[in-house]
Amino acid sequence: MNWAERVSPIVRSIPPSGIRRFFDIVAEMSGVISLGVGEPDFVTPWHIRESCVHGLQRGYTAYTSNYGLLELRQEIAKMIEADYGVTYNPKCEALVTVGVSEALDLAMRAILSPGDEVLVPEPCYVSYQACVTLAGGKPVSVSSSRENEFRVTVEQLASALTPRTKALLIGYPNNPTGAVMTRADLAAIAQFAEKNDLIVISDEIYANLTYDGEHTCFASLPGMRDRTILLNGFSKAYAMTGWRIGYALGNPDFIGAMTKIHQFTMLCAPITAQIAAVEALQQGRPSRDRMVAEYDKRRRLMVEGFRNMGLDCFEPKGAFYIFPSIQNTGLTSLEFAEKLLQAEKVALVPGDAFGACGEGYVRCSYAASSKNLTKALDRIARFVGPLLK
Amino acid sequence: MEEKAMALKQELLKLLDQDFQQTHDQLARQLGVSAAEVAKWLKELENDRILVKCQPIINWEKAGLDDVSALIEVKITPQREVGFDALAARIYRFPEVRNLYLMSGAYDLAVTVEGPTLKDVAQFVSTKLATIDGVVSTTTHFVLKKYKEEGVIIEDEEADRRLLVTP
Repeated sequence: MNWAERVSPIVRSIPPSGIRRFFDIVAEMSGVISLGVGEPDFVTPWHIRESCVHGLQRGYTAYTSNYGLLELRQEIAKMIEADYGVTYNPKCEALVTVGVSEALDLAMRAILSPGDEVLVPEPCYVSYQACVTLAGGKPVSVSSSRENEFRVTVEQLASALTPRTKALLIGYPNNPTGAVMTRADLAAIAQFAEKNDLIVISDEIYANLTYDGEHTCFASLPGMRDRTILLNGFSKAYAMTGWRIGYALGNPDFIGAMTKIHQFTMLCAPITAQIAAVEALQQGRPSRDRMVAEYDKRRRLMVEGFRNMGLDCFEPKGAFYIFPSIQNTGLTSLEFAEKLLQAEKVALVPGDAFGACGEGYVRCSYAASSKNLTKALDRIARFVGPLLK
Repeated sequence: MEEKAMALKQELLKLLDQDFQQTHDQLARQLGVSAAEVAKWLKELENDRILVKCQPIINWEKAGLDDVSALIEVKITPQREVGFDALAARIYRFPEVRNLYLMSGAYDLAVTVEGPTLKDVAQFVSTKLATIDGVVSTTTHFVLKKYKEEGVIIEDEEADRRLLVTP
């Protein structure tokens, strides 16, 4: 029996993650300095962990509402209103999910019909296309470019538009490039969305990790609140990746539809993690600020480091990634990453894992101690030096 | 300019506080200045006794060389004109004294004393410390176990438990 053929064709059509393949190589080696990690190097601040322990001791072990703890939804709505001036009703316009990953999946399944197209600017997070495909939709890659610091433009989006285009999926600050969109950049996208009646799914998981200037929440742009499904979570800003807590905000029809799927597939996010998330919002601001300040310092160190070794590198303004070009080394992204790993034991991720236009670049995470970062930069410089001669 | 230099010096101190075994070059790159500048600032900070000393934190118990330490609450009578300072100076000059703080509350000085044995520490308190003119009383608490020192958890530091490559 060929069981592989019995797997759903849609699932079979999805290529394995490029990151996964690379991970298998790295996992075999020891003494590796990894700049390949897409999560904070900080452990969740102790007061947040402690609140979870306390919750368990008091017996918080049951299901919560499908939407999530009301207290948590209220805190989320309060923060979004305070930070961006967008108001959501915590009772019917907020849904707590198992990470942004689940929220993204729910959003796609809630809005897509078979064959609907979703514009996905690249480079982007590895699961965007897969989530669209699994929901029966068709992801349409839109390449952004180094020349525009990997900010997608309306012209690029317009060239990919068809009568089947239903939605636009954006993620800024961006993983893997560290690119951010200014308010003006986003305003142009908003006009485009309005004109073409697109739903916008905005993944703003790195919003708090914005270094120069303020993050613009897409839903805060005129006319965008009801057209946008805003996704965010606790993983990056509060160093809570393993807790798996995210949320979606949007109009009651979208959130209601997403909750319908969520209640039958997930029921609710784990209560222990929801309790910790409440603590993060109520008391976590100082720890968050401290971590962000630390990333910012390392960011400058990395930009300097790559430029000094002769690699072209635009200054990332958000997240904790830097996306230098390795084109003048004459290697492909994958060759560069593999050879660097073998020669100098530094792990980073080939740029093409995040979309075809990421070829020629590598993603380096600076969620590592500055001591390790300087060590890694020295090793990369030693590797790159002879290639540039 | 003066203010900017001050801020950078403070950053330098924070970096040293995290790890004082970094080279001038490593420190310089993190601050975005030259290594020569770092060397100059370190000299100044040392001269001003802002950077007092860089020393390691050692788990002496594990090294098999653990001394006995005690925290001693000391009540004293402040002296005319010099207040607590003169008495404090007489106490902190003893090499057995590791830390000395002036406290608010029920007693005046918190003194940490270390010695090879319990008897040595007790003897130091009774013969040296308690007999100083102006010392009214002492209460000695012996340390049974050190869990955390200078912000560092002694036994179980949190390891990096992340996978090596994640999306």
